[in-house]
Order: sequence, then C-alpha cells, then structure tokens
Amino acid sequence: MATLEIKDLHVTVATEDGPKEILKGVDLTINEGETHAIMGPNGSGKSTLAYSIAGHPRYQVTQGSVTLDGVDVLEMSVDERARAGLFLAMQYPVEVPGVSVANFLRTAKTAVDGEAPKLRTWVKDVNTAMEAVKMDPTFSQRSVNEGFSGGEKKRHEIVQLELLDPKVAVLDETDSGLDIDALKIVSEGVNRFKAEGDKGVLLITHYTRILRYITPDFVHVFVDGKVAEQGGPELAEALEAEGYDKYVNAKV
Amino acid sequence: MTVTDAARESVRDALEQDQVVSHLNPPPSYDLDDHPVPTGREEVWRFTPIKRLRGILDGEKSDAHLTWETQVPEGITISTVSAAEARELGELPPSERPAALAIARAGGATLIDVPADFDGDEPLLLHLHGESVDDLVWGQLLFRIGNHARVTIVVSHTGSARYCATTSYVVGDGAQVNVLTLQDWADDAVHLARDAVRVGRDASVRHSAISFGGDVVRMHANVEYAGPGGEAEMLGLYFADAGQHLEHRLFADHNAPRTKSNVVYKGALQGDGAHTVWIGNVLIRKIAEGIETFEENRNLVLTDGCQADSVPNLEIETGEIEGAGHASATARFDDNQLFYLRSRGISEEEARRLVLHGFFQDVIRKIGVPSIEERLTATVEEELAKNVLGGSLVAEGA
Ligand SMILES: Nc1ncnc2c1ncn2[C@@H]1O[C@H](COP(=O)(O)OP(=O)(O)OP(=O)(O)O)[C@@H](O)[C@H]1O
Ligand SMILES: [Mg+2]
Repeated sequence: MATLEIKDLHVTVATEDGPKEILKGVDLTINEGETHAIMGPNGSGKSTLAYSIAGHPRYQVTQGSVTLDGVDVLEMSVDERARAGLFLAMQYPVEVPGVSVANFLRTAKTAVDGEAPKLRTWVKDVNTAMEAVKMDPTFSQRSVNEGFSGGEKKRHEIVQLELLDPKVAVLDETDSGLDIDALKIVSEGVNRFKAEGDKGVLLITHYTRILRYITPDFVHVFVDGKVAEQGGPELAEALEAEGYDKYVNAKV
Repeated sequence: MTVTDAARESVRDALEQDQVVSHLNPPPSYDLDDHPVPTGREEVWRFTPIKRLRGILDGEKSDAHLTWETQVPEGITISTVSAAEARELGELPPSERPAALAIARAGGATLIDVPADFDGDEPLLLHLHGESVDDLVWGQLLFRIGNHARVTIVVSHTGSARYCATTSYVVGDGAQVNVLTLQDWADDAVHLARDAVRVGRDASVRHSAISFGGDVVRMHANVEYAGPGGEAEMLGLYFADAGQHLEHRLFADHNAPRTKSNVVYKGALQGDGAHTVWIGNVLIRKIAEGIETFEENRNLVLTDGCQADSVPNLEIETGEIEGAGHASATARFDDNQLFYLRSRGISEEEARRLVLHGFFQDVIRKIGVPSIEERLTATVEEELAKNVLGGSLVAEGA
C-alpha cells in the first residue's frame, strides 16, 4: 500500500511582515501505482508543497491534513516521515561538507531499514545504483553534493531514491538543469522505481519535456497555492501549447 | 577586517624599523620589564580571563615539572641546554610575558635535535603529563631541525598543571616538518603556550594545534621565514565545553619573498560559558613580494550561552603579492543541512553528529598523522556525545 492523501492543506512561511500564506487549500490523492505531475508557474507554491510533505521546519501547516496509508504524516518528525516511506528529491540538494556520499548513503539506509545493510551486497548495490545513472563510483568518496554540478546533484537524488526505496517519491523539478541525456537517465531511474508497481510518484515540473519519458496518470495545474485544474496527460500538452496565462489571468 | 588605528600605526613603524612593534605582536625581548604584568585591558589580553590564570603571570621559579614520556626515533637526540645556549642556537625570542617568564623561570631548555637529512615516518612523540593544578610548571623547548630533514613531531599534554611554556621550531632549509600539539588536559588545567616557527628557505612546515581540555588554554602559534620559498600550514581544531576558555593566537609574519602561509582553524562550542578566541594576524612586509596567504576560522556554536570571538587581521604593505585573503564565520547548525539528512531518515542526533563530524573532517584529514587522526576522530565523537547526543541543542530558527 502507498496512498498519500493531502486534504485542504494550508501552509504559511514566516516573513518579516509576519506569516504569509503560500498554500491555500491543496487537495490531492496519490494512490498506489499512480504518477501525478504538478505543473505551475514560478512561485505558485510547488516546492512549498513538497517541503511541507517532507516536514521542513520553515513551513507551518495551519490547516488540513496529510496522511500516508491513513497515518497522520504531519504528526511525524522529518526523519520519521522518511522512515515511514516518504522521499523528497529536492529542487536544490544541499551540500554537506566533510560527509562522504558513502557514509551518508549507508547512514540513511541504516536509518530507513532500522538495521545496517549487509556490507557485501551494499557496496554492490551502491555501485549498481550509481552506474545506473552514470555516476562515477569515485563520487562515493566525495562530500555530499559538494562541488557537484547541477545535473550530478539530481542524479545523486535518484541514486538515493533507488537505494532507499520509499513508498512515495516527491520529485521537485528533478528535471530542471538537466541536458537531454541526463534527463533520459534520470527518467529511467524514476521509471524503474515506478515499475515496482506499488509506488506513488508526485512529479513537480515546469516543463513538459520530462513527461515524454515519464508518463503521468494525472496532471494538476498549480496556481497561487492550490490546484487550479486537473486532467490526464493531455492537459500537459495543452499547457505546452498555451502556457499558464489563462490560469494566472483567471486568478486576477 | 578588524584593525585598530594604533595597530596600523605600529605596523607602519614596524616596517620602517624592519621589526614588529605592533602592540598586537609586541617587540621581542627577554627582559621581563619589557613585558609588564597585564591588567586585562591590553589589546592582546582583552579576551583572556586573567584571574583564571591562577597567578602564572607573576609566578616564581618552581621545581615542579611535567612527566615526560617519549618515543624517539633513532637519530633524534634530546638534551638539556642553558637558556643562554638556547638563545645562541637561534630560538625565537619571546614577544610577550608568558614566553619571557617561561624562559626566565625554566632554568634551562630542552633541546631536541633532528639532524640534517633525517628521514623518518615514525613520529617523534613527546607526551607531557601533569599531576596537579597546584603545580606551576615552566617549559622552554627548542626543536632544531636540520636541512632537508623530514620529520613528524607530536607533543601531547594531559593531566593537570599550570603550565607556561615557550617552544621554538628552527627549521632548516628544504626541511619538511609536521608538528602536532595536542591539549587534552583535565578540566582544571591552565596552559599558556607559545609555539614559534622559523621556516627555512624552501622548507615546509605544518603546525596543528588541537585543544580539547583545560580550564584555560591560551596558545600562540607564530611563524616567520628565514628565507624565500618557505611554506607554513597552520591548522587548528578546538572544542570548548561549558566554562572552558580556549584561545588561539596566530601570527604569520611574511618577512621573506615568495613565502606561503595557510591558516585553517575550526572550532565547536557547547555549554554555558564556553568561550573560544581566534586571532589571526598576518603581516606582509614590503620585502615579501610574491607571497600567498590565506587564513580561515570557522566556529560552530552548538548551544546557547557560548561565545566565539574571531578576529582576522591582514596587513599588506606591498602590492606585489600572489594572493591574500581571509574568512571568518561563526554559525549555528545549518537548518538546511540537518533537514536534508533527516529527510533521508537520519535522526536529528545522528544528523547533527554527521554535520559536526564533516565540519572538522577537512582539518583532521589535513593533519597527516594517521595514528593521531583516528584518536582525534574518536575524541571528537566523545566530545559530541557529551552534549550533541544528549540534547539541549539549539538550531537556527528553533
Ligand atoms: N521564507 C519565505 N519568505 C517569503 N516568501 C517565501 C518564503 N519562502 C517561500 N516564499 C514564497 O512562496 C512562494 C512559493 O514558493 P515556492 O518555492 O514554493 O514556489 P515554486 O512553485 O516551487 O516556484 P519555482 O517554480 O520557482 O520553483 C514564492 O512566492 C516565494 O517567494
Ligand atoms: Mg520550486
């Protein structure tokens, strides 16, 4: 089972002028085996939604609920959410100087599984996951994301997705900053994850081009902190042709 | 950059006289009258809790000593010489009271001779241990390192004492020297130290100061050059717990052309009244063309109630330099780093441990004494376990 249910989610961030509401009532259900794409203009709150699901302390949930297989996610700490099976591939993966990728991956895997992975198979698994996204194994010895190119950071996120094997993956603009080859590589990684069958995917993106490689079951147009329209893959085609103008203008 | 006008002026004077008379780095003198007992208001003493030095600054001669346990690679000799002989052998003269006092009171110096062309992987280990903070111990050490020698020297301090020592490293031409001084004292120890290095022509010296223990540690690490082409890497790592005062004062005196200095000190603070001080003085004299210098100090504040003072001073008196810069930062845990790690299932405590471990790792890696690196990593872990794993931490925005 892997059902992520978001109901009437309202989220604020603290600003100098007090709290500012960014999410204004988001409703979204991702059932097992489904891939949902969220598309929307800059600043519409897509990353805010992703961070709120993952529990970033900067975002305050003021209303609504998020559940994973019926269990309240908002009650959980950030790491509890990850251990419960949520994964967020970040738009801007964070550099952690002095912590090697190898150490980081092993620590994360141990935390998520509740036990240390078997040493022999683990090294092989890491290498396989890295090769799958064409990351040189020498990355293991480098500090987490430090000095990685934009594309390398995104591939590293996919390596983590493969190794940590969550129930639901939220991918925040994993496609941005990738050249066409990297885009294919990353998409293949997501498709391998999807192919396991019982997974949920929430794919946040700006561009339709990734949707040529990862076929969504549903497309949601996100405007001003909520879902403005939803439909099937054909909606993405329409957005490609017409842009967001009609939604943004309709709002005003 | 934080430089007082007085300091600027005195640096200018210094250049004219070709001698440093900056009150940040007073002129060297063996005469105690030239180094009056500080009141605590002086620029160079203003961060130091004078009372907690427990009378060292006007201390008298004493028979007390530290127990020396040594591991001496073949070829290196240790002997005792008079203070006068140490001076003749070219030790770096004292530029402030504790160093001058140590020489005046120690009743002779320990001379460690590393012959020219010595080449050894096995480190010279000096383990100095004190029995009680009631003991006032003076120390004068002189390391003479011959031309083209390659040597690793580890001086570690444990136990307790009021220990005031001056140590000179006179490094021959083309030598490669790796010095590590470890302050792993018991909680009540007081340690005033001055390590002064003269780097020979084309020689390279790494000096690492690691301070964990003690009630007060105040340590100078000074470097100057006997000729062009010398390189100095000054590393430091410190971890101050509640009530501890750990002060590191660096001075890189670029008095020769095409010399290099690279200073990296990193510290963590936790607990009420933990106080660290880092002063990074760099002087690039007119003659010192084509030099490179960089100094960096980073502090990670783990709890409320700590204070990290960090003052880089860069004085450049020639335009003909390859590069000069400094960086100083004091921060709490980075929320985004913790969030990233935790979003992968790693618990908050473990995430803090990883970040802090990573923070120190680049310094630990550079130290280049494998046997010590492991011990350092373990000690950092222990320090972390005291508090970081025990809760009562603050994060930015928390
Ligand atoms: N700390 C903050 N203070 C003020 N405003 C903020 C803060 N954090 C986010 N916002 C605002 O919230 C809005 C939504 O930001 P978010 O990053 O979620 O947008 P996005 O849809 O992911 O945009 P993009 O397509 O550029 O990634 C933006 O207008 C942003 O400026
Ligand atoms: Mg975004």
